[in-house]
Amino acid sequence: MPILAAFLCGIIFGAGLVISGMNDTARVLGFLDVLAIRTGGWDPTLAIVMAAALAVSIPGFWLARRRGRPVLAEVAAWPSKTAIDRRLLAGAALFGAGWGLVGLCPGPAIANLATLSPAVLLFVAAMLAGMAAHDVWRRRHAASIAGTAVMADG
Amino acid sequence: MAAFDPVSAAIGGALIGLAATLLMLLTGRIAGVAGILGDLVGSTDRAWRLAFVLGLIAAPLALSLFGSALRAPPMPGLVVVAVAGVLVGFGTRLGNGCTSGHGICGIARLSPRSIAATMTFMIVAMLVVAITRHL
Repeated sequence: MPILAAFLCGIIFGAGLVISGMNDTARVLGFLDVLAIRTGGWDPTLAIVMAAALAVSIPGFWLARRRGRPVLAEVAAWPSKTAIDRRLLAGAALFGAGWGLVGLCPGPAIANLATLSPAVLLFVAAMLAGMAAHDVWRRRHAASIAGTAVMADG
Repeated sequence: MAAFDPVSAAIGGALIGLAATLLMLLTGRIAGVAGILGDLVGSTDRAWRLAFVLGLIAAPLALSLFGSALRAPPMPGLVVVAVAGVLVGFGTRLGNGCTSGHGICGIARLSPRSIAATMTFMIVAMLVVAITRHL
């Protein structure tokens, strides 16, 4: 059941990306191009998408937190990290640089695999390689700092 | 540039928020695509992650049955694509999240850490676009 639920959530998420236009790199870059505000060519779509998503997920997460136990699982895996450290900001900056170059973040990159675009395939392969490279580097680094638990927040 | 369509943007955005909410409410998991992908290998709990990823890929195919165009997005040259892919993979792993994990789920939890991450990747992405398009 939890696996079926995850599949359905993936479909709803992917449908949201398609309908909102967020799978279209031109739309995403059109939003990130804030200098285009001067010429009237700025695309505010991403801001609307984000606001609408949060309008649902903020009360939704509040409800999930209040309920406590998830419907189909024993415990909820709420992220535990709160520190705003160099690692977080450096990671976000590197991600932002890659996002700005192409206009793809992980969700739309995966959903766009459905188009069988060779360039998207290359992007996803490079992204997975980047993740693997990080994990290898991290494991070597963490070998010296034994017992450091890594808990992802997403 | 495709015409701005605020209604589709709002409906699509609400669906993304709904998916994130349902995943937490039903399975107790965070719908962060970077985290889900990164933990697909090497994690003991990979069935739900694989199911979510397959759902993401299935969605455009399912919608194309109802007349939605299955169009490959415009992409830059292959070197830029490869470099950007590595940056997105390494960066989301180092920073523990992407647009969905920090931007939607993290901000939905009102986490200052996720708000800081979201502001950082937004500003850097805007700077990169300013440089590539206007310099």
